[in-house]
Amino acid sequence: MLKLKRDISVTAAPSLTVCGVAFDLLPEGAAWLAEERLLVVADLHFEKGSAFAARGVALPPYDTRATIARLEALVARLKPQTLVALGDSFHDGEAEARMDADDAARIARLSRALDWVWIAGNHDPEPPQGFGGVVMEALHLGPLTFRHEPRSAPATGEISGHLHPCAAVRVRGRRLRRRCFASDGTRMIMPAFGAYAGGLNVLDAAYDPLLPGLGFHAWMMGARTVVPVAAHRLESD
Amino acid sequence: MTAPLPRPPEAGILPPVFTRWFDARGWRPRAHQLALVDLAAAGKSALLIAPTGAGKTLAGFLPSLVDLAGQDAGRKRGLHTLYISPLKALAVDVKRNLETPVAEMGLPISIETRTGDTPQNRRQRQRREPPDILMTTPEQLALLLSYPDAREFFGALSCVVLDELHALANSKRGDLLALGLARLATLAPGLRRTGLSATVAEPDALRRYLMPQPEAGEVLSEIVVAPPGAVPEISVLTPADEGSEEVRIPWSGHSARHALPAVYEAIRANKTVLVFVNTRSQAEFVFQELWRLNEDALPIALHHGSLSAEARRKVEAAMAAGTLRAVVCTSTLDLGIDWGEVDLVVNMGAPKGASRLLQRIGRANHRLDEPSRALLVPANRFEVLECEAARAAALEGAQDGMVSRQGALDVLAQHVLGCACSEPFDPDALYAEVRSAAPYRALTREDFGKVVDFVSTGGYALKTYDRFARLRPNAKAEGDMRLRAASPAVIQQYRMNVGTIVEAPMLKVRMVKRGGRRPLGAMGGRYLGEIEEYFIDQLAPGDTFLFAGHVLRFEGLSETDAIVTQSSSTEPKIPSYYGGKFPLSTYLAARVRRMFAHREQWTALPAPVREWLEIQAWRSVLPGENDLLVECFPRGDRFFLVCYPFEGRLAHQTLGMLLTRRLDRAGARPMGFIASEYALAIWCLRDPGLMHERHELPLGELFAEDMLGDDLDAWLAESSLLKRTFRDCAIISGLIERRFPGQEKTGRQVTFSSDLIYNVLREHEPDHILLRATFNDAATGLLDVARVGDMLKRIRGHIRLKRLDRVSPLAVPVLLDIGKVSVGGEADEALLSEAADDLIAEATRLV
Repeated sequence: MLKLKRDISVTAAPSLTVCGVAFDLLPEGAAWLAEERLLVVADLHFEKGSAFAARGVALPPYDTRATIARLEALVARLKPQTLVALGDSFHDGEAEARMDADDAARIARLSRALDWVWIAGNHDPEPPQGFGGVVMEALHLGPLTFRHEPRSAPATGEISGHLHPCAAVRVRGRRLRRRCFASDGTRMIMPAFGAYAGGLNVLDAAYDPLLPGLGFHAWMMGARTVVPVAAHRLESD
Repeated sequence: MTAPLPRPPEAGILPPVFTRWFDARGWRPRAHQLALVDLAAAGKSALLIAPTGAGKTLAGFLPSLVDLAGQDAGRKRGLHTLYISPLKALAVDVKRNLETPVAEMGLPISIETRTGDTPQNRRQRQRREPPDILMTTPEQLALLLSYPDAREFFGALSCVVLDELHALANSKRGDLLALGLARLATLAPGLRRTGLSATVAEPDALRRYLMPQPEAGEVLSEIVVAPPGAVPEISVLTPADEGSEEVRIPWSGHSARHALPAVYEAIRANKTVLVFVNTRSQAEFVFQELWRLNEDALPIALHHGSLSAEARRKVEAAMAAGTLRAVVCTSTLDLGIDWGEVDLVVNMGAPKGASRLLQRIGRANHRLDEPSRALLVPANRFEVLECEAARAAALEGAQDGMVSRQGALDVLAQHVLGCACSEPFDPDALYAEVRSAAPYRALTREDFGKVVDFVSTGGYALKTYDRFARLRPNAKAEGDMRLRAASPAVIQQYRMNVGTIVEAPMLKVRMVKRGGRRPLGAMGGRYLGEIEEYFIDQLAPGDTFLFAGHVLRFEGLSETDAIVTQSSSTEPKIPSYYGGKFPLSTYLAARVRRMFAHREQWTALPAPVREWLEIQAWRSVLPGENDLLVECFPRGDRFFLVCYPFEGRLAHQTLGMLLTRRLDRAGARPMGFIASEYALAIWCLRDPGLMHERHELPLGELFAEDMLGDDLDAWLAESSLLKRTFRDCAIISGLIERRFPGQEKTGRQVTFSSDLIYNVLREHEPDHILLRATFNDAATGLLDVARVGDMLKRIRGHIRLKRLDRVSPLAVPVLLDIGKVSVGGEADEALLSEAADDLIAEATRLV
């Protein structure tokens, strides 16, 4: 039996407060600090497709432009002053060399149009210089720290990526699995933004030192909104 | 299907050692066996159509044995005959059967098998010193062809025997085999082909498949038809005493629980019984229920594809030894293996196709002159009609038609890479060779070029992968246009991924003792078999389900293992059953429609079913032979539209998706739908019947064929079915690997998701060849688009609307299925049966 999809009532972007700072969570998988006009995305993984191609798995070479297109749309809509890319923006050290010239030009255009911060990640400890923007290990902003890889609790005010969180929940017998933001109010782990980035369930042991117990929420990405689900309702993979 | 033998051959064409052997056994060579020897002597390829028990296997090999018997055994002669079977178990079985006459005649002929189970050292030895006769599978042929020494290995090949060709030809495996045959024809130009097949409706399709096709026109192989076996005895199980209080035939459902005592009696009354079911979950259910009834502790076993190989082999051995009274099995035992002593075949549920039924019946009694006996067990009222139609078809020997198939592009991609692994190939020459394979006759040079590009660099419009190309110019000499595999890694990749069967991601089921305190993963436990990951996904820890004949309690996951304990519960949750993997065949569907239309045929039906149809005729109308009945009625706060196309669940599901979109656009506000094998029900907030009468939404327009254009495309873009199909095509074509060495094993843990790739590719290159392959696949497979199209054409101008004030008797079964979708516990069942009683009373109330 199949039921038609009906829109869940679409409200304004849901808001998540980390250490007193309220983020709007966008269904595209980005977080928005309206006061600062600051947009945060994590794990873009540019050129993941071509990294596989180099190993003989010729995935469609369009992941970089699919990711950029979504970023461009967000930037056009929100007009941020600052964009923070939380690391693993480039899938590996050769990503720039493999990238199509048009795609590279689009990234450069975008990153020069605003204050762009490349946080270093484990895939890109030294992000390429050719795209403009500044490279940082971590960015401190008021009570918040933006870095790639989350540190063990307590890490108050940490905004991180790296783990590609996703969550699964069962509703009326149907299992839904989505990328998500994971937060207990003291920190936030961002979903991966890259088109080919997979996900790791928030109930995996890797999250134990970061979000101990079940006192956190997964903010699951819907088509038009982001839905907070308490951790005790979630299912593991 | 009574084409005469080409000419009656004499037994004298056999060498004396053969005639002596036949004489010693008190046998005479059968006419069709001699006919094949005769044709082979003339170098001709042939299709043999013969019923089970007609000595088909010996017939296929006899020409090779005769030829080899006349050769000098001391000479190193290379592979003479290649035998290909769809099942590796069958290859092993046939080898055993062939060794007997070879040994008894004292012929110096070596026979070996080569399957996925053959140890590495024996495989290597086989390539160095090939046997005279090699028994193998299509996948192993593809592998053998990919070795650099393929030309030498197959150079002396004289004959290929293709067993159960009807089961192989019309599938992706058949495509792979056809390409392999085309390759063999190049390597061994004098090669003779022998196809062995059960009776089929269109033997010419198989005759064409056997022969290399010329550029224009077509070539058919010779055909030899053995006389048919005795007409089978088929009965349909109906409740014991008609008219008594006990007569109950369920309105819906597929378990046939009501009939199991009678099935048990049938097992008691016979020597050995094969009980066929359509799905693994049904096999588990029937097995469990039979054991509950099994007061005599009869040896009853279970056999299906998810059980461990060891468990299956045990059952097969016990069966061969004649120590079992019954085996509950799925289509894993449909084919070939000769059990000898089976005296009754029971088919639980509807047979779905006339040919499948005949195949299964043929499992009983392999002696040609005695009739096979079969018992059909309908699980619900519609299935009673289907069983009767199938019985009539089987008695006439009528067969389902074969849908002619276009060779799949993902399979072609795999083959192209395989060719490059063997030796450099010239694209034009390979194109000509590929087109000589019947399924690829219509392939254009342009598409072939795209497939070669795909194999090399992914074939994307954006050319950024040239330096990673898997195919490189050979360029050994001026004008050498050949391409070769770029590296040993590419060859390795091909060998790991060969084949067209993509299994759903599976988890190992391990049973541990209850109450252990150690973590799940550290508990070890007994390996029971494998189960689909999507099924385990539905379970929460503590849920119970049937597997390997046990009621198991799901405890949790440990890496790729599902950890279970023995449950004390006797009422497990079982997976919902959608009516089986096989859709109702077009031929059988037409026969069922005819039964509705012809009242004189109703005398064969049990009283409750007859009454059901009578009340339907009185309360509404009956579906006609060539029209489409559409009923509209209110129920609860909804308006239902129920139609009866009889085209199978897959086609109905596609139709439901498309109609729902149209109803939505027209403002009928559809809320959902459900499809069965026979009917489709859609519920809306507005009344589509009223909308039709007000000309807001004429049904003729609703069911117009143009729904297969934009609506289909728009739906497909979102469809998860298409994503699943894409994954299979991506694996078969070699775009993504089945497994990455050293990486996680289950499907969901691969480092990228094929859904994400699908989304990106569809957005950026919707015409890509892999998306075309995916669409073609879905259209013929999961979506049955072709069948929806044929149906819409058939009913154009013949839609009959019946507006009713309440649900009709015919609509009850499909409405009862609503809500049965998720795994339902006992509480659900109780609720459902309450609801069911109301529904039936409402439908049959006379005023």
